[in-house]
Amino acid sequence: MAVPPAGPWSGLVRDALVAALVAGLLALPFVGLETYDIGGGALGIRTHFDRVAIAIAAVFAGRFLYRLLRQLYRERPPSAAPPLARIAAWGNRRAAAITLVGLGFALALPFLPMSSRYLIDLGTTVLIYVMLGWGLNIVVGLAGLLDLGYVAFYAVGAYTFALLAHNLGFTFWEALPLTGLVAASFGIILGFPVLRLRGDYLAIVTLGFGEIIRIVLLNWSAMTGGPNGISEIPRPTFFSLPFARNAPEGTTSFAQFFGLDFSPDHRVIFLYYVILALALVTNWFTLRIRRLPVGRAWEALREDEIACRALGINPTNVKLSAFAIGAMFGGFAGAFFATRQGFISPESFTFMESATILAIVVLGGMGSQMGVVLAAILLVTAPEFGRAFAEFRMLVFGAAMVAIMVWRPGGLLARREPSLHLEPRPTAAQSR
Amino acid sequence: MSGERVPLLKIEHLTMRFDGLVAVDDLSFTAYRREITAIIGPNGAGKTTVFNCLTGFYKPSAGRLAMLAGDETLLLERMEGFRIASDAGMARTFQNVRLFAGMTVLENLIVAQHNALMAASLFSIAGLLGLPRYRAAERAAIERARHWLDRLGLIARADWVAGALPYGDQRRLEIARALCTGPRLLCLDEPAAGLNPRESAELNTLLLGIRDDEGIGILLIEHDMSVVMGISDQIVVLDHGRKIADGTAAEIRADPKVIKAYLGEEEEAPLPAETEAHIGFSRTGNTC
Ligand SMILES: Nc1ncnc2c1ncn2[C@@H]1O[C@H](COP(=O)(O)OP(=O)(O)OP(=O)(O)O)[C@@H](O)[C@H]1O
Ligand SMILES: [Mg+2]
Repeated sequence: MAVPPAGPWSGLVRDALVAALVAGLLALPFVGLETYDIGGGALGIRTHFDRVAIAIAAVFAGRFLYRLLRQLYRERPPSAAPPLARIAAWGNRRAAAITLVGLGFALALPFLPMSSRYLIDLGTTVLIYVMLGWGLNIVVGLAGLLDLGYVAFYAVGAYTFALLAHNLGFTFWEALPLTGLVAASFGIILGFPVLRLRGDYLAIVTLGFGEIIRIVLLNWSAMTGGPNGISEIPRPTFFSLPFARNAPEGTTSFAQFFGLDFSPDHRVIFLYYVILALALVTNWFTLRIRRLPVGRAWEALREDEIACRALGINPTNVKLSAFAIGAMFGGFAGAFFATRQGFISPESFTFMESATILAIVVLGGMGSQMGVVLAAILLVTAPEFGRAFAEFRMLVFGAAMVAIMVWRPGGLLARREPSLHLEPRPTAAQSR
Repeated sequence: MSGERVPLLKIEHLTMRFDGLVAVDDLSFTAYRREITAIIGPNGAGKTTVFNCLTGFYKPSAGRLAMLAGDETLLLERMEGFRIASDAGMARTFQNVRLFAGMTVLENLIVAQHNALMAASLFSIAGLLGLPRYRAAERAAIERARHWLDRLGLIARADWVAGALPYGDQRRLEIARALCTGPRLLCLDEPAAGLNPRESAELNTLLLGIRDDEGIGILLIEHDMSVVMGISDQIVVLDHGRKIADGTAAEIRADPKVIKAYLGEEEEAPLPAETEAHIGFSRTGNTC
């Protein structure tokens, strides 16, 4: 394209003017006019042309600067990768070190000097989402089955534990394996009807499944307490030592046993370590199973189902196992959620939760374990920082998602680690 | 060929209709162990459809597909798709390569051995615990993969992501993957498409080697006549879904019906032998 002498500047100005014009046209009715009540139900109109002018100026300046920066950026050598990609590459190179530091930090968190009850609570919430993200990652990231109803298994786990505790007197630790089992069965129940579906169709059916579970919980009052939910869910014990100021008859409390002064923080810290352990088990399991035939079959199924069938792999089994195992971890997380809150109701298991968990998986980079952690930290803590501008929270959240999908379409830390390598043959000539 | 021919796959009266269109019409032939049986024919003759019926992707409208495995006779048209590969020992490649593109070359070959490994891992329990029984099975699977990588000249690419391979390598990887399943019958859908003449000549040697060393049958769809005429023990010619000829390369080359099907009514020249006759070469995008 031939560029006239004054080209770059006039081009930039023209582009910014067009943007400002569009902004002006939009701002005039939306920002410039305000209706107000003049009494008697009639409406008057106020004009705010000053605000329109500000909007136009802001868009002009913003567009101009954006184009200018882009042009300057393009003149730099092409080797300069975008900053986000560079950070991701650095993170992937240093994966082992970062994992160790992160794990050390997570283990030490409750005892750090700056630690507080609030921080530990926040850490617990983050870890719940990390665990849910890792669980869903099995279904979405590894097996490539887009599941928009993951919260259903979270709910099933929570209600299973609550009901077992209330009706049969189960403790948290006794109920935990059962919640996983029940959630896994629900995974299979969901899996059967959707065996033939993929992509968008699968997403819609799983979304419906999530809603069905929630609506059943809401309406089956006799069993689930309906909208009132279930309260007084037992708290977990430390090897059957309860966390209580005054232990019930015939038992010793945690504080008494260890000769400590009672503090409500003990339970908070204990809960934190419980979810940390559960999350780490999920991670260990996923990393391990990725290197086993089932895990490879999940990934192969994601890549090409037809080729899988031609190799004699039973796609039904592969899909159901992914749904079941993903659901199982959702169930564990649900049981933990119930025991932590002591109270559950269908309100905690809305579609918004499924969307958040899926966002964590997609944002982190499908299949990337570390990406899930990073995304969970971002998504859970961002609203906390955003309390000051609470009204714009969703707006900022949405903008951040769009920005990340534009610059890192594969997710923040998208990179797949091969599940095995062909070790160099001892006799072979050394190359690289 | 020395000795008696051992039948491996008997196709009898295979018919495949797609509302109105008869893609395969009353096709019968037999493929033998230790032989390469080529299926040729103009575009749209129904060759890929025959493969799709054999491998369970289509349910034949009529006909009997019998795999002779030792004393057993397995009726493919009655088996579930994935069992045709796992139980009857049928392996195939696709006209438009279907690899697990995001996985490495080695992983592609390990996935192909899924069923054996799954059994060895006791449905993942032994695998999760890292029991020696599973580790030995995995080592054996890697050795098998290494064997085929060596054989197909892909060993240096073992840890590459499959989708990043050049086209010719992808085609060979797909063949290696099919071989890793330990098949009785290997079905190749246009393996030489998109290969240069040198690669194509290497492929000939390879296929002959597989036939003789592994003692398996090969069913080969191919447009490249240098491949077909050079290595086939038997050639089946399809036209509009019907079998118009069946015989050795020499018989087919001299068959007036074949010449007519390929070159149209007006031309009566015999098919050029061996070299660069790419008859009707094209890669139309049929799935599977
Ligand atoms: N699933 C299907 N539905 C409808 N028609 C089909 C289907 N599959 C194949 N056909 C038709 O059957 C005929 C044979 O197709 P087939 O793919 O078997 O040809 P081919 O011999 O493999 O050709 P090519 O050499 O181009 O690969 C074609 O007319 C095709 O359009
Ligand atoms: Mg074809």
